[in-house]
Amino acid sequence: MSPQTLAMLAKVGLWVFFLLQVAPVMLWLERRAPAFMQDRLGPNRVGPLGLLQGIADAVKFIFKEDVNPSGADRGLYLLAPMLALVPAMTTFLVLPFGPTVEIGGHRTSLVVIDSDAGILLFLSLASLGVYSLVLAGWASNNKWSLLGSIRASAQMISYELALTTTVVCALIPAGSMNLTDVVDYQREGLWQFVTQPLGFLVFLVAAFAETNRLPFDLPEAESELVAGYHTEYGSMRFAMFFMGEYMSMTTLSALGMTLYFGGWSLPWLDFSQFTGLVQALLGFTILVLKVGLALFFFIWVRWTFPRFRYDQLMRLGWKVLLPLAVLQLVVTAAMTVGGLL
Amino acid sequence: MELAAFAFFALLALGSAIVVVGHRNPVYSTMSLVVALLATAGLFVLLGSPFLAVLQVLLYTGAIVVLFLFVIMLLNVGRERPAAGRGTMQTWVAGVGALVFFGAMARLIWESYGEAEAPRLTEEFVATRGLAELLFTTYLLPFEIIGLLLLVAVVAASWVARRPTPDEEEEAP
Repeated sequence: MSPQTLAMLAKVGLWVFFLLQVAPVMLWLERRAPAFMQDRLGPNRVGPLGLLQGIADAVKFIFKEDVNPSGADRGLYLLAPMLALVPAMTTFLVLPFGPTVEIGGHRTSLVVIDSDAGILLFLSLASLGVYSLVLAGWASNNKWSLLGSIRASAQMISYELALTTTVVCALIPAGSMNLTDVVDYQREGLWQFVTQPLGFLVFLVAAFAETNRLPFDLPEAESELVAGYHTEYGSMRFAMFFMGEYMSMTTLSALGMTLYFGGWSLPWLDFSQFTGLVQALLGFTILVLKVGLALFFFIWVRWTFPRFRYDQLMRLGWKVLLPLAVLQLVVTAAMTVGGLL
Repeated sequence: MELAAFAFFALLALGSAIVVVGHRNPVYSTMSLVVALLATAGLFVLLGSPFLAVLQVLLYTGAIVVLFLFVIMLLNVGRERPAAGRGTMQTWVAGVGALVFFGAMARLIWESYGEAEAPRLTEEFVATRGLAELLFTTYLLPFEIIGLLLLVAVVAASWVARRPTPDEEEEAP
């Protein structure tokens, strides 16, 4: 096996290992954290501090009966949960987690695909995520599911516009669509949430809508649609939607951290003093910690805000977020041309 | 290796394109369209233009076909039923049209076969930066005109879909 292949496998392995830990940890955090916010204990029976709750839930998911609703379109019904994992398990490919380092005499950049079209690859893979939601609802042969699906497709298309526009804003000062260059740009100057506060705010709100999290979880609004697009799903198939949602939150958070909070870097921390392997692990750890903060923020918001109404959601997306994103685009472009950034 | 990859993507694109027109269930047709578009994106990568491939996935698969699916579900389109009778005028016209089209395509391919090699795609056309520079300098006017064309289509569509005014409602029946 050539060193390049080995390096590639190691980088992919690191990401996949991390992403697979996200769902059980988030499962625990999403119950314990709000429990303390509401002055109660939350699950604390399985293992110390209830830490093994995730394993108990996984076992439960695996042994539950695999139900097939009558009248469901079997092929698409089985396909939909698998599609939920596709964007989640592919978008990390273009996210950098360290500088170009030398390990064992071979130079390698700490990103799986070092491409000039990197961010576009991320966005295009992420945009495939809506198919799983849409097909799940349609194939279930259930009115609530179908309504959830229709909402999902309209919502994700609408918010993708604002999200993509803010991403463009964040790329302009660095002058590159390669995320490695965006991080390098921020290492030399300010983190971009300082220079583009409006763009960051729009990105943040759109990210909640793209991952279907409260206050924008209209596709699965329990109070109106039972459980929305995954009403008819149970056992491991439901768990795959669950994992897909958490992993998408993770990769989108990692993108946000890369664009606005300097990615794997920390100010006043000089990476060049360490050996290659330490740089790689340190960079990845810093990125993971930043993503962890973002994920906690997702939970915090979920237990703080009530759900939007559907028309409010659409109005916010098209009449507030998109114009603000375009405004940020014009301002950033003007400032970059004027040499202020 | 490259030939095998080409054969895989080409056959996948053709096969799923046949399913798009042949399948009676519109949702399956749409999903086949997704597969066909992804396979075409694979062909773009083989041709050395990842940028075009990524745009293909981002725009067509990620946005436009999702809207197709949205409309199909919103209108609750059922399975397509077979046409009432065969041998109608439409069948004949369609058959002749298909023959003419494939004849023209076959002739084009036949004539270009064995001729001088097509100019290689240079870095200038393929790389993101080069493509952007071309689009915003040499081809700026056509690029803007296409944008205007899309705007016209949007305005027209929203005019067609608007609520009729009271005057028009009186006239309509």
